[in-house]
Amino acid sequence: MAGTTQSVANGKPPVHTAELKRQAVREQWALLSLSVPAIVIIFLVIIIPVGWLFYLSFIGSEGQASLEHYRKMIEYKSYARAFITTFKVSFLTTLICIVIGYPLAYFLAQLPARWVGLFMLAVLLPFWTSLLVRTYAWLVLLQRKGLLNEFAMDIGLWEKPLKLVHNLTGTLIGMAHIMLPFLVLPLYNAMKKIDRDLMQAASNLGATPAKAFWQVYFPLSLPGMVAGALIVFVLSLGFYVTPAVLGGGRVIMVATQITAILENQFNWGAASALGVVLLVATVLVLVLAAKLFKLDTALFGKG
Amino acid sequence: MKNQKSHESDSALPIVITGLTKRYGSLYALNSVDLNVRSGEFLTLLGPSGSGKTTLLMAIAGFNRPDAGSIRFGDTEMVLTPPHQREVGMVFQSYALFPHMTVAENIAFPLKLRGVSVAERRQRVDEALQTVQLDGLGERAIDQLSGGQRQRVALARAFVFRPRILLMDEPLSALDKKLRERMQIELKQLHRQLGVTTVYVTHDQREALTMSDRIVVINHGKLVQVGTPEVIYNSPADTFVADFIGESTILPLQRNSSDQLMFGDQPINAEPADPAIRNWSLVIRPERLYVAPEGAMDGRAAVSFKGIVKEQVFQGDTAFVLVAVNNHEIGLRYSTGSLSLAMEPGSNVTVKLKQEDVIIVPRDMAE
Repeated sequence: MAGTTQSVANGKPPVHTAELKRQAVREQWALLSLSVPAIVIIFLVIIIPVGWLFYLSFIGSEGQASLEHYRKMIEYKSYARAFITTFKVSFLTTLICIVIGYPLAYFLAQLPARWVGLFMLAVLLPFWTSLLVRTYAWLVLLQRKGLLNEFAMDIGLWEKPLKLVHNLTGTLIGMAHIMLPFLVLPLYNAMKKIDRDLMQAASNLGATPAKAFWQVYFPLSLPGMVAGALIVFVLSLGFYVTPAVLGGGRVIMVATQITAILENQFNWGAASALGVVLLVATVLVLVLAAKLFKLDTALFGKG
Repeated sequence: MKNQKSHESDSALPIVITGLTKRYGSLYALNSVDLNVRSGEFLTLLGPSGSGKTTLLMAIAGFNRPDAGSIRFGDTEMVLTPPHQREVGMVFQSYALFPHMTVAENIAFPLKLRGVSVAERRQRVDEALQTVQLDGLGERAIDQLSGGQRQRVALARAFVFRPRILLMDEPLSALDKKLRERMQIELKQLHRQLGVTTVYVTHDQREALTMSDRIVVINHGKLVQVGTPEVIYNSPADTFVADFIGESTILPLQRNSSDQLMFGDQPINAEPADPAIRNWSLVIRPERLYVAPEGAMDGRAAVSFKGIVKEQVFQGDTAFVLVAVNNHEIGLRYSTGSLSLAMEPGSNVTVKLKQEDVIIVPRDMAE
């Protein structure tokens, strides 16, 4: 205040340039400091363990630096098979989720607001149940003398029990069920953002309902679908419980193999190398998808 | 636009609506509406929100299914026809431009659906862009356009396939005042150029007066009055229309022992349109009132009010004065250019109305 009166007395009010600048900088730092806990956690929980994994994968059985784990991965067919199985299962799971999830998300997006909650609950409820419980529930349903087989034979749909579990079929059924919400939620969000007027406009301009859907609705829902499909695919790549239980040892995915290596051989180096390759493959998939679908819009919800 | 003249006769279709009814629960959005839209005219549906004007427009477009009634385009019954077969152009309030398409793709969309060849498509898109003064912006993405530009694209897309009926749902409501007023003129010019039957929805009475050949005033799902802007403004059908369109002061009139309509002790000489109706109100348009020196002889005046100036507001081109007369407040508007009346609040004033400016309307007893 004293300064002000003085300056006014001189005929020139102060302009406070330095103070205003300092205030702006201080506000920016305060905002930035909010992210400190998250950065610390990411460092402790992700950067350090992954770095350690990376380091271990390059340590040979005698404790020397070596590429032997990676060499083995190329030499032994079982590794390649596990990777192929992993990608196959992930791809098929994603496909099933899209086929089931797209109509479901569409249905949800068309519902009046007061019904959405109820139906969304049906999608989310399994989400809140333990993964293991859900997986074993599928085992009960799908096994040779399980509910499904018994029921189908009772009403004469098929005569001999179908092999629905302890194989690829069972794994896919279980995984699709668990992954479905990850596809439906982003897709539903994308669909909710599609202005109803757009469909009316398409119709007004002469588009049949089918043409309006394929030329307007579907392209606009695509970013949501790609985002959801990517989440499902990437999560599936590292999935362990469901393939282990419902695959019955016949569906060897990378995660299953990592466990096997650790349990049977206690070979941290080999397990780490597998983990590193899976991580690199996952990142490659994401980068590729980002290039293909301009993912900045899909993943970060822009526009 | 060269062959405009040659097919002028078939560039527009009349719309004949009879008995159109739409209920939401027990509420009538449209209550047995009868309306003829003449071939090639610019007709505005005007009403407050919830009056049913948009419901009526959407029924014409085919987006909502009425409970009963008939909608004919020319001689063809349309009420059962799905929207994509109605061949009407429509400009949406939100513009509803496809965000994943460029400007040119948006405009070409209806042409593509109709199997127009690539070459002709390009030519007609260019023509349409020229008509709405967006030449050369065809490759722009929708999110690179300003509000006014989007409005024009929506317009171009609505008429590019040469529909014989054009519908517009408050197309200018998202624009700022200056741009809105310019677009009003442009839309009118475009309508004249295309010659297409146009049904326009707005809640802005000034916009309706500016643009329309005829105005339909809607309230509570019913048509209150249909007429030219002049008729609607100068002879409103009732107090609702008088109040909704333009500024007005509405004063209740009484009848004296000899059945003469009176305001206070002043007789109001006007012929009630319907002698069966007993209760009438006087409608005073603020710009029709004038100030006269007190006590001076004035042969032009049919009614005069003595009052006290309560408030004077300068609004640029005009000034608005509120005059207290008995228990009523009467608004007066005068052009600041022609007069400079220093009407100090508290001063006495006499305001007068000429006989031709005396408007009476049946009084809505609900008020």
